[in-house]
Amino acid sequence: MSGELLTATGVRVEFATRGGQVARALDGADVQLSPGEVLALVGESGSGKTTLARTLMGLEKPAAGEVRFGDRPLDYSVKGLRHLRRRVQMVLQDPAGALNPRHTVYDSVAEGLRIHGLVDGDPQGRSETETVAAALSSAGLRPPEALFLRYPHELSGGQRQRVLIAGALAMAPDLLVADEPVSSLDASIRGEILALLLKLREELGLGVLVVTHDLGLAWNIADRVAVMYLGRVVEQGPTEEVLSDPQHPYTQALLSVVPETERMEPVVLKGEIPDPTRIPGGCRFHPRCPALADGTAAAAGVADACRGTALPVLPADPAGHVVACHLATLVGQAGESSS
Amino acid sequence: MTARLLEIEDLSVTYRTGEGDVPAVRGVSLTVDRGEIVGVAGESGCGKSTLASTVLRLQPPSAEVSGAVRVLGDDVMTMRWGDLRTLRWAGASIVFQGALHSLNPVHRVGRQIAEPIELHEPDLAEGEVTRRVGDLLEQVGLPAARAAAYPHQLSGGQRQRVMIAMALACKPDLVIADEPTTALDVMVQSQVLDVLSGLVAELGVGMLFISHDLSVLADLCDRIAVMYAGRVVELGAADEVFTRPLHPYAAALSAAFPRIGDPAARYAPAGLGGDPPDLRLLPDGCPFTPRCPRAVEECSHAEPPLATYDAGRQAACIRVGQA
Repeated sequence: MSGELLTATGVRVEFATRGGQVARALDGADVQLSPGEVLALVGESGSGKTTLARTLMGLEKPAAGEVRFGDRPLDYSVKGLRHLRRRVQMVLQDPAGALNPRHTVYDSVAEGLRIHGLVDGDPQGRSETETVAAALSSAGLRPPEALFLRYPHELSGGQRQRVLIAGALAMAPDLLVADEPVSSLDASIRGEILALLLKLREELGLGVLVVTHDLGLAWNIADRVAVMYLGRVVEQGPTEEVLSDPQHPYTQALLSVVPETERMEPVVLKGEIPDPTRIPGGCRFHPRCPALADGTAAAAGVADACRGTALPVLPADPAGHVVACHLATLVGQAGESSS
Repeated sequence: MTARLLEIEDLSVTYRTGEGDVPAVRGVSLTVDRGEIVGVAGESGCGKSTLASTVLRLQPPSAEVSGAVRVLGDDVMTMRWGDLRTLRWAGASIVFQGALHSLNPVHRVGRQIAEPIELHEPDLAEGEVTRRVGDLLEQVGLPAARAAAYPHQLSGGQRQRVMIAMALACKPDLVIADEPTTALDVMVQSQVLDVLSGLVAELGVGMLFISHDLSVLADLCDRIAVMYAGRVVELGAADEVFTRPLHPYAAALSAAFPRIGDPAARYAPAGLGGDPPDLRLLPDGCPFTPRCPRAVEECSHAEPPLATYDAGRQAACIRVGQA
């Protein structure tokens, strides 16, 4: 396999609304995930982060652009998607809702194996029971046999989340897609689950795409962060750079409202993400942008560009720190020429 | 008018179940003054929500309660039914989590805010009620015209604001907020928290704010009580409890949400192993011992009482101050 595991290039996903309008949930998003990498997609509700994750898994078919898995474009045939889903496994947000209450832990974990007929073709010749036991213990549920016949209601929230992760691990995937993996869990369990994701990357070389609105989670585990706003990635780069030195006013605002960040004056953005049937012209963030509202953009001479000039789609360069903002681009260039 | 709005004194709540007695709250004492926000932190099952509902006598009938809860000096537990009705909404009100499930989907939100007003002040003219509803919506940062919307037409943050407007409808002195921002994302959460702290400052109400997220409480509250296995294990000024926790459990909660930019937290999420204890089978000693990184043999002898340390801080741990 080449350097990239999963890439999206210029992906656009549209949904028809009841009024006959078209909501553009993704409007040209580029991301790239390398094997063994932890990438965090962050943004508010409605930013398109979950749609992007679903598109990368082949659950949404893009109206334009392309998703590639390894060196091939995604195959949307039944067989192609079946193959993809063995390699890319999803861990859902709400473990209480995602587990069938009438299935035992054993059946929940074995279900994927049975659907994909993986037991007979196991490369190490393991039985179903052995594979399920190994997956449970990789997910930190030990001894696994003690949990086989338990039902979801007998488990704690953290244990349920581990069962879901075990179900994904049983398939020996290359990539886990985790949508808000800890947001419904207690603070005390949160760290345990995040540590498990890191351990799996370490031991199995598993790549993880984590969708979250929690920037602390990104700081805890992600190698890279892509910040999304209204269907596009607006800032992307190594976690240390994006979260310690955010360039986009939107990223800065998101960081400033994380509770107990003393070093920043909170910038509480008014309202919510605009309706994706009417994406604002110019920079899509300009109606809520604090730098435009307080005159910083005007002083730098980019206010007209903010209102009228659309920004290009950011490249999914895995090494660089890129930002889609007229003001930040200008400041960045000035910084480069002076140094 | 006294400053002390809420006084909880040695409150215990035990659920009688078929599988034994579950002591959900065990001897909690806590006060809330006018203009003060007191946070209650802890994980699922620590008794924080039972505590919240018992304040308004909303606990299930199977619960056995001892101790006292006084709102504005009146004992809630012995209050007559009519007085209790007046107290709920007008004296004290609750904002629950999950606004989607708490609002009636087939009524306009304005109607739902008007309902408690009409019940408590039946003589009010219809126009006056409409005006009050509009004012309340504006108070929580929504246009008055939103009164005509149905819950499904509002976003999660807007619905949570409607819940807050409803809780304020009868001008209560005390607001109890049970995880009101848990389902919201960061930006909306900070909008809602701004609304709440603005209301406390403007209206001089007192608030009991329940959350599992210590960092949210540290930002919002004046004081924080940390609960574990039905007891308060640490109590003190919000900043102190968050930045210099005394009890090892408070320390674990505080470390759960990393300071962004702290190199020590990179690739090192801080977790707390193990599960909370089964309340039916509490040990003799400190119930946190099996999960405690600082536990010593002596910890399993007796459950430590809440002791007072410098600057009025309290903690229930024999290891505080020991090396």
